[in-house]
Amino acid sequence: MISKLRHKDLLGIADLTPDEILLILETAEAMREIGERPIKKVPALRGKTVVNLFFEASTRTRTSFEIAEKRLSADTLNIAAGTSSVVKGETLVDTALNLEAMAPDMIVVRHAHSGACHMLSRICKAGIINAGDGMHEHPTQALLDAFTIREHKKRIAGLKVAIIGDLLHSRVLRSNVQLLTKLGAEVWASGPPTLMPPGIGREGVRTTTSVDEAVEGADVVMLLRMQLERMQGAFFPSLREYFSVFGMTHERLRRAKDDVIIMHPGPMNRGVEIDSDVADGPYSVILEQVANGVAVRMAVLYLLAGGAEHEAAA
Amino acid sequence: MKRLLKGGRVVDPANGRDGIFDVLIDDGRIARVGKGLSADGAQVVEIPAAFVITPGLFDMHVHLREPGQEHKETVATGTAAAVAGGFTAVACMPNTSPINDNAGVTEYILQKAAQANLARVYPIGAVSKGSNGDQLADIAELRAAGCVGISDDGRPVKTALLMRRALEYAGMFNLPVLEHCEEPSLKGEGVAHEGYYASTLGLRGIPGAAEAIMVQRDIALAEMTGAAVHICHMSAATSLRAVREGKNHGVRVTCEVAPHHFTLTDESLAAPVSYDTNMKMNPPLRASVDRDEMLKGIVDGSVDAIATDHAPHHYDEKKMEFDLAPFGIVGLETCISICFDRLVHPGHISLTRLVELLSTNPAKILNIAAGSLSEGAVADITLLAPDMAVVVDPAKFRSKARNTPFGGWQLKGGVAATIIGGRTVYVNEAAAGAEALR
Repeated sequence: MISKLRHKDLLGIADLTPDEILLILETAEAMREIGERPIKKVPALRGKTVVNLFFEASTRTRTSFEIAEKRLSADTLNIAAGTSSVVKGETLVDTALNLEAMAPDMIVVRHAHSGACHMLSRICKAGIINAGDGMHEHPTQALLDAFTIREHKKRIAGLKVAIIGDLLHSRVLRSNVQLLTKLGAEVWASGPPTLMPPGIGREGVRTTTSVDEAVEGADVVMLLRMQLERMQGAFFPSLREYFSVFGMTHERLRRAKDDVIIMHPGPMNRGVEIDSDVADGPYSVILEQVANGVAVRMAVLYLLAGGAEHEAAA
Repeated sequence: MKRLLKGGRVVDPANGRDGIFDVLIDDGRIARVGKGLSADGAQVVEIPAAFVITPGLFDMHVHLREPGQEHKETVATGTAAAVAGGFTAVACMPNTSPINDNAGVTEYILQKAAQANLARVYPIGAVSKGSNGDQLADIAELRAAGCVGISDDGRPVKTALLMRRALEYAGMFNLPVLEHCEEPSLKGEGVAHEGYYASTLGLRGIPGAAEAIMVQRDIALAEMTGAAVHICHMSAATSLRAVREGKNHGVRVTCEVAPHHFTLTDESLAAPVSYDTNMKMNPPLRASVDRDEMLKGIVDGSVDAIATDHAPHHYDEKKMEFDLAPFGIVGLETCISICFDRLVHPGHISLTRLVELLSTNPAKILNIAAGSLSEGAVADITLLAPDMAVVVDPAKFRSKARNTPFGGWQLKGGVAATIIGGRTVYVNEAAAGAEALR
């Protein structure tokens, strides 16, 4: 078993080896235990500065990172694009260089444009953690999804995972496809042809416009949000029609395995991609995903900051 | 003053010449081309056997950015880049600020070109006022001021009706319409070729069909009106198929391909550097089937010209998020080396064909008396060094801009010297023997 990651940054699952993914998931197991203690804090990142640089609104992800950083005793600060010099017309590069001048150890970045984190990683000595860049990747989401799946199924390899929804605009899809195929899952993607990313089949994903085919015998059903804000023009006739053709209902779920779990990265559009009965039903692990997000992000922060080796050297 | 270029290989498709000849230049014109010409009072320049003498290269698609965007390029820096790339003439697109849609802007550009006194500059005027696609620009006035064609480049001519009228009206003067083919609704907010790589990187796609649809529209209109349409910077296999079919039916359609579209593919979006904004241009780097088809068209003759679409941008503008960086790359100073290395040396095309693509045909398409070494013609001559080793170093560009995807490329073949009107305007110190041309 390896004990550290090869890169200073986490830009995407595409850059991780299967062993690195497993290392993060194993480390997250240990981190979760910290969250169950009466005093939820360890000194692992004491003296480290972590900047949460969010150019896009986010409640869940930013809060999750911040809690993870605080549980590891890092000094954290949050910069929301609306309150920074970005509104004064400063470029991303200049914003990054100014932050860099104050020597943070890590920068957690969310940005509306794909590739923004790659750009920052080339400029900054600080480790960059991608908290979602455009339609590209959202690696910590895929990691927490994998953590949640493993918790229930004890494995990833060989599972049938159906991902259904707005595939085209989804960074969660891209990270999950990378991760799940690397760990040997059978990934099915389903949605209207207008929302199917070109060339997705090259990643070893099976695509179908039939939700029933995707759900048939599935171990995991993951629903993706209709990202109405990223859609230009008509990708489907109406939300009502979308729900009638693709929406996840109890009726449709009958084709899945008896112990199927239902996942959603949030925020949910109830009655669009998922029926409330399903979202709140017995197979739903949606809130567990949120809980696990903290442990997984603690693991990523810890490993990127140098992990056990770093502590020994200090 | 008389000069005798003695003993180089002359490649001049317009006169069916390819062999060792002497070229006598007198008073800025080609006096004679022949074997063993007498020096008779002329300054004799011994041309190394490794050099090739061709009619001056002509880049029929560049952006000189002046007036209005002088931080990117000026007529002076753009034409300096041109002669360093072996080009004796360029045609510059009208998307300046203000747009070249009236004689005043045309005259301004020509005045700047005269001051720079380097490559010849042939302005392309706008099809429509402000290139807005609503009302025709004053095309007769643009022509009288010196424009050699019309285009709304940067965008397509907005409606089929306006394109029809432009073809009919400009056809009266035998002015070609040069079209940037792109169906706007299909392009949308796209920034890269729609396919696997854009999809994986989370970039919005521009499908090849966005180009092909407009190519097909314009060919149908050229057939209907009998006027000449020229397809700019063609990139998609489907577009080339339409051009071939148009040509087979006698439609007056010609097309150009840029060096990046017959060398690179959309794979360059991901590696060696992901999201490199020097890989962002419009039309985008396409799939390998498209790239291969452009190469095939260059070989089989269905592509008429190679043009760079030289699009200089300031360093700051390109140092942005991929979505926000402007489209375009520079090309004047890398074109000939890429053509040698990727087309001539691998045996895809002959030197004669190369000169057709880069000189004879562009002049023909724009109805300009250039692109030949005919006796009596203006002595615009390029001396090429086909075997010279070249390493692309953007820091040495004469262009103001450095936005090239070819930085660091090691190529075989380059420019030795550039002569305009009998006057040497560029000598490449790296080409052994070129010094004698000073």
